[in-house]
Amino acid sequence: MDAEFSPVLKRLLLLSVLLGGLLVLSGLFGVSMGSSGRRLLEALAILTGRGDTESVAATIIWQIRLPRVALAAMVGATLALGGLVFQALLRNPLAEPYILGISGGSAVGAIAGMLLGFSYFPGIALSAFCGSMIVLAVVLFLASGISSPGRDSLLLGGVMMNAFCGALIMFLISMTQSAQAHQILFWLMGDLSTVSVNRLPVLLLAAPCFLVIFLLAHPMNLLLMGRESAAAMGIRVKTVSLALLVTTSFMVSVVVCQSGLVGFVGLVIPHVFRLLLGPDHRLLVPACVLGGGAYLILCDLMARILPSQGEMPVGIITAMVGAPLFVFLLWRARR
Amino acid sequence: MKAVAASGIRLCYGEKPILQELSITVDEGDFFVLIGPNGAGKTSLLNIMAGLVKAGSGEIEILGKPLHAYSRKALSSVVAVVPQQVPVHFPFTVADTVLMGRAPHLGLLGIEQERDFEIAREAMAFTDVKHLAHRRLDQLSGGERQRVIIAKAICQQPRIILLDEPTASLDPAHQTRIMDLMERFRREQRITVVMVSHDLNLAALYADRLLLMKEGSVVQVGLPRDVLTDQRLKECYGCDLMVDENPLGGIPRVTPVPEKFRFLKT
Repeated sequence: MDAEFSPVLKRLLLLSVLLGGLLVLSGLFGVSMGSSGRRLLEALAILTGRGDTESVAATIIWQIRLPRVALAAMVGATLALGGLVFQALLRNPLAEPYILGISGGSAVGAIAGMLLGFSYFPGIALSAFCGSMIVLAVVLFLASGISSPGRDSLLLGGVMMNAFCGALIMFLISMTQSAQAHQILFWLMGDLSTVSVNRLPVLLLAAPCFLVIFLLAHPMNLLLMGRESAAAMGIRVKTVSLALLVTTSFMVSVVVCQSGLVGFVGLVIPHVFRLLLGPDHRLLVPACVLGGGAYLILCDLMARILPSQGEMPVGIITAMVGAPLFVFLLWRARR
Repeated sequence: MKAVAASGIRLCYGEKPILQELSITVDEGDFFVLIGPNGAGKTSLLNIMAGLVKAGSGEIEILGKPLHAYSRKALSSVVAVVPQQVPVHFPFTVADTVLMGRAPHLGLLGIEQERDFEIAREAMAFTDVKHLAHRRLDQLSGGERQRVIIAKAICQQPRIILLDEPTASLDPAHQTRIMDLMERFRREQRITVVMVSHDLNLAALYADRLLLMKEGSVVQVGLPRDVLTDQRLKECYGCDLMVDENPLGGIPRVTPVPEKFRFLKT
């Protein structure tokens, strides 16, 4: 249409259709495949209400696979988006949702909840959430006290809190009997297998966060130019940064207490889309939501069907795929 | 109406006073240049006008309205800033960077319309960076990058443009080009230009009025030929600076005196 400018709206629509399609397709695969058979057409029939609704297959799909696929989509979307936001906010390509100690905090909270014998919901979810919010508050407090400018002090505080939480986790695990330790270790590696239908509504809390972050996508572009330049272009830098930080931490802790620590999604997905779409966050935000969801559905599918017996935590797959992929991306960017 | 009217501005960083009871007015459509030795508080004054730094005390009005009555966005739709430094790793293309200047005029979603593209296109043509539209900002030379940042400021359609040493580290050709651009922009659009500069000769050539500052106070404001005198410059900069007339006529020319020539003065 135009030599210099490509209208954002048009690209946004195109991208949403393409990646939305990818997400639906991965969802279908995720629903139709599993240890008890892999039949795409049968799954389609059941999902559209034409199959036998009382059959075992229907129960498996509605009660087990669909919640799990929904959880994977939500976790993937949140982690990818979280990575995108933190990379922009801290202007550090290695930032991911866990970097400010959010993982550490919610892990400590969740493990404390498990040890105290809380029920999964609301007990452990709440204690995990509280853990991450306490850590975030401490990090923000530390950052305001460290005199180096803005983002560096956040990073410093975050890394230190994460290390401290790591020590706490190990401490708690070494105090535990073996049965619980196994459950905790599985959770630490990132695991989607424990989901059930009644826990899904909590995840919907993350959805409004996506919208808030999308509204802040253009300010995020301007922030890349530096805090002063962004302010000179009409951005209330402190308000926007704080809103992004709190929103992202909130949604990440909501999903982390459900899924455990699924690594590398927040690192790999934003970098892939930056390579494909360029630096504009108005495109990257929806791309990370849709693409991150699709990616984790497929990773979880592999975690379910690869082992001949039982399952493995999806965090193993995302790390095994993600680490080499990330190295490859960095290597490509260097050239 | 005055573009900028400031009175009794004070600013301290910790215990250290940066600006002391400073008062200035800048007329609309003026080419106004702030000069003075390092640490005189020029950049701080510019940042206060841009609303980026809050003055400790004092009144400041932009276009007849108190600075604090502007929202962040409203202020940036009348005041554009060309900062001293642009980030080195900025991943956007020239066209996208210039288009970002539309930010204060965009709606909630920050999505540009055809009219915004048109304004950005004109701004790029004005500073002659159209042929670079698809290049990334970090692939440009210093002079090109400065023209892009100025195009972005123009795209903001401000009434006042503030520049912090826009010609630092540029060769003479690019220096003149940047200054000519600002002069033409001011003349064609009746924009007020406020600039910090260390280049006294360039300042004398382009400024309607100069503001000479030292240690956070005003030494003198006025026409270049009234402000730039041997005696006053020596007081401010603490070194010998010879002033005579520029060969172009009627404009003072400042020559620093190197140590090896100093015997000539005595």
